[in-house]
Amino acid sequence: MQRRTFLHASLAATALGSTGRLFAAPAAGSRLLLVFLRGGYDANSLLVPVASSFYREVRPNIAIPLAAEGVRGALSLNADWGLHPALENSVYPLAQKRQACFIPFAGTHDTSRSHFETQDTIELGQADGGRRDFGSGFMNRLASVLQGRDAIAFTDQLPLVLRGRIDVANVSLKSMPKPSDAKLRQSLTSMYQAHPLEARVSEAFEVRDEVAREMTKETTKEMAGEMEAANRNAIDAKGFELEARRIARLMRERYALGFVDVGGWDTHVGQGAASGYLASRFDELGRGLAGFADEIGESAWRDTVVVVVSEFGRTMRENGNRGTDHGHGSVYWVLGGSLAAAPVAGVQQGIEARTLFQNRDMPVLNEYRALLGGLLARQFDLSAAMLEQVFPGAQPQDIGLI
Amino acid sequence: MMSTPGHGTMRSRRRFIHHAASAAILSPLLTACATGTSLLSEPNSDKASPYRLANRLSWGATDAEMEHLRKLGAAAYIDEQLRAAADNTLPAAAQAQIDALRIQKTSLQTLVWETEVTRKSADAIATEDGRKAAQQAYQQELNKLAREAAHRHLLRALCSQNQLQEQMTWFWFNHFNVHQYKSNVRAMLGDYEERAIRPHALGHFRDLLGAVAHHPAMLRYLDNEQNAANRINENYARELLELHTLGVDGGYAQRDVQELARVLTGHGVNLSDTPPKLRPEQSAQYVRDGLYEFHPGRHDFGNKTLLSHSIRGRGAAELDEVLDLLAMHPATARFVSRKLAQQLLADEPPARLLDDMAQAWARSQGQIGSVLGVLVRAPEFTVAFTESAPTKFKDPMHFVVSSVRACYGDRVVLNTMPMQNWLNRMGQGLYNRQTPDGYPSNLASWSSSGQMATRFEIARTLGGGSAGLFKTDDPMAPREQPAFPQLAKPIYYDVIRPLLAAPTRDALDGAASPQDWNSLYLSSPEFMYC
Repeated sequence: MQRRTFLHASLAATALGSTGRLFAAPAAGSRLLLVFLRGGYDANSLLVPVASSFYREVRPNIAIPLAAEGVRGALSLNADWGLHPALENSVYPLAQKRQACFIPFAGTHDTSRSHFETQDTIELGQADGGRRDFGSGFMNRLASVLQGRDAIAFTDQLPLVLRGRIDVANVSLKSMPKPSDAKLRQSLTSMYQAHPLEARVSEAFEVRDEVAREMTKETTKEMAGEMEAANRNAIDAKGFELEARRIARLMRERYALGFVDVGGWDTHVGQGAASGYLASRFDELGRGLAGFADEIGESAWRDTVVVVVSEFGRTMRENGNRGTDHGHGSVYWVLGGSLAAAPVAGVQQGIEARTLFQNRDMPVLNEYRALLGGLLARQFDLSAAMLEQVFPGAQPQDIGLI
Repeated sequence: MMSTPGHGTMRSRRRFIHHAASAAILSPLLTACATGTSLLSEPNSDKASPYRLANRLSWGATDAEMEHLRKLGAAAYIDEQLRAAADNTLPAAAQAQIDALRIQKTSLQTLVWETEVTRKSADAIATEDGRKAAQQAYQQELNKLAREAAHRHLLRALCSQNQLQEQMTWFWFNHFNVHQYKSNVRAMLGDYEERAIRPHALGHFRDLLGAVAHHPAMLRYLDNEQNAANRINENYARELLELHTLGVDGGYAQRDVQELARVLTGHGVNLSDTPPKLRPEQSAQYVRDGLYEFHPGRHDFGNKTLLSHSIRGRGAAELDEVLDLLAMHPATARFVSRKLAQQLLADEPPARLLDDMAQAWARSQGQIGSVLGVLVRAPEFTVAFTESAPTKFKDPMHFVVSSVRACYGDRVVLNTMPMQNWLNRMGQGLYNRQTPDGYPSNLASWSSSGQMATRFEIARTLGGGSAGLFKTDDPMAPREQPAFPQLAKPIYYDVIRPLLAAPTRDALDGAASPQDWNSLYLSSPEFMYC
């Protein structure tokens, strides 16, 4: 069983066929990394509405101030918006090069304000109101239409977004997997012959070996002093940055579609402002994203987009504990070497009391399926029919990011 | 052992029809799995049934569990497990380990006070380096308490005679999940599990709900200690409705969340030994029980309306009234019954069975043992676990505990750190779910390629006897190093082997060494289900 993509018997006769390519690197192909911030990050602290006095008024303790002489504060993106200062040396330089852009008022029409409900909504990417099929995530459908292009989740568990009719591998890069023993591997593979988990078992060995090989290669190069300048930080990196750099290497060599999630954003209490808890989360995330862009290398970066999403935004008003509660509209990030967008894009409006959604949250003006549909159509050159498979019933909006 | 060809054909045919019928209710992948089991040879039902029953109601069949079931008979075994003996003392070698733990010897209040002393003295150190070192020591002290709780949990899972109660303790902790790394929750975990969860694991849901709602671990984890009149924090209110009782489709609205948050105001945690300063008319309303307190000065005394019920604003008793309402709400009965059936039977349990469970819930006033009784005595349960092959894929916790039980049976392990580490590696660490929804239990969540690879590595370590389960840091402990486990024993030849598919039997027969045999057995597709 050498095929990387395994189709369930009942579906093998569909248009997809059984021609999933073996281990080929995506041919100068486009790549997508989806980064999911689980917990509903406070988007109003990331993309600061610097022109809104209402924002400062309803967040007396946690508003990000304007940067000024001696005051660490929002970094200017345009007249209306500023970026959290924790990203000054990571993502802000990318934004200045037009390689990072932010889309406020982004999200779903799901108003449950439930983490789990809304995360599922986004990962499934199915039409609102219908019966949900938990066996079909939108990135799995994207992998289906991009025949033969490899997808992978860099997580301990396979996330909903990548579940579906194509069997997708997962491997966490927080620590390094060990290569397998050949004899045991053969016996194990034979035990799972014709079992429904057969493809996953074969894949388990293949992916681990591939990762182990890839990482050994890099380590050897580094030790031999042949390291490319772009890899200079790989050894010193920690936490999410280390993980993101490893992801970059694997995606550069082989994977067209990747997914990783980052937790710790549910800031009901003491979230801080220009510094503090949330600032340190932004700092770690920013270093990771900049590390990814650096590590994947200039040429591959031009073919890559990174999309950062979260299930919802948080309440515009701070709560009684210098934190924020579950809200609605969020800010999505798009990064990539070939971006051609203003630093803040999509449909926007001013932030004042009367524009709040349910007198509480940011409204959603850029629906995620339309937004991601438009973006992915450009990135992967998808036909309308292909896009219909990825986001059924969505009206893609091309807001000119790429 | 062999059935006649005619009989065999009939049995296979019947099973085929059963699978075809379940296709409608099972997810495509689960159906594929069920169909895959037709590879199995014909079960020897005399011996297979008790094996599978023990394997399902316990954390994994052992020789002793099988023998116990044989003596009692299936019906009495089920009754015994649903009741759970009041005395849950473990075998001496395990009980002695538990009795030596700080969390076992110290009350929650004392534990938190003692660790608070460490924290405060760390903050008082003048030099930055000294302060950092002392803060690290404080964190390590908390980590050690969480590891103790996990050690106790795993020893009970491995050795307790109340196996179903232990499974349910894990289940309810997960249902009412708290995350160890929030604040000092690590110091509270042991008490939360031991006093709020385990005693009610097979009892009344209302008692469980009440114990959780008044425990400092939950009030801290979901920020309710911060929730006060005019300084509302909705976190606990929302999860109480969505995750603990009604379920997200249970028919409540944002307005209900806000009203419940008002009901919950004032229920919090007080780490000091002094009550707050209260106005005289309020002091009669003050409630204190250990670290839990109801602070009337923080409570919103206005009237509330929750799920169309009017709640007269009057203090702490409002919460009791609301919990009564929620515990007996039909949506709760349905939502929780479904989760129970998913845990013990299948990812998509049949609707008729859920109806029966919900009715049992109403009849028994939410008595968990009664509701579970309906589940485990239902024909669907019997079919799934005694006649045909099991369809419930083990989650990592079940895989790890059942593996160690299979390997070592009655022999008490001395060190559960390897097990704790395996669970963390597979993403199902004890007390390590960050979000309040708890871990999922379905096949799709735990059967990815990365998960399978990790299971094989664990099977190899365990099967080769190098897991370190008998190594301790204690220099006084016996140095004995047990040899690798012997899994190829009578129970295997007698009961298990006939249940295995041909490729599994062939692979086992071709194993190069007993260690490899063990690893292959623990990695086999059949061992992944219970």
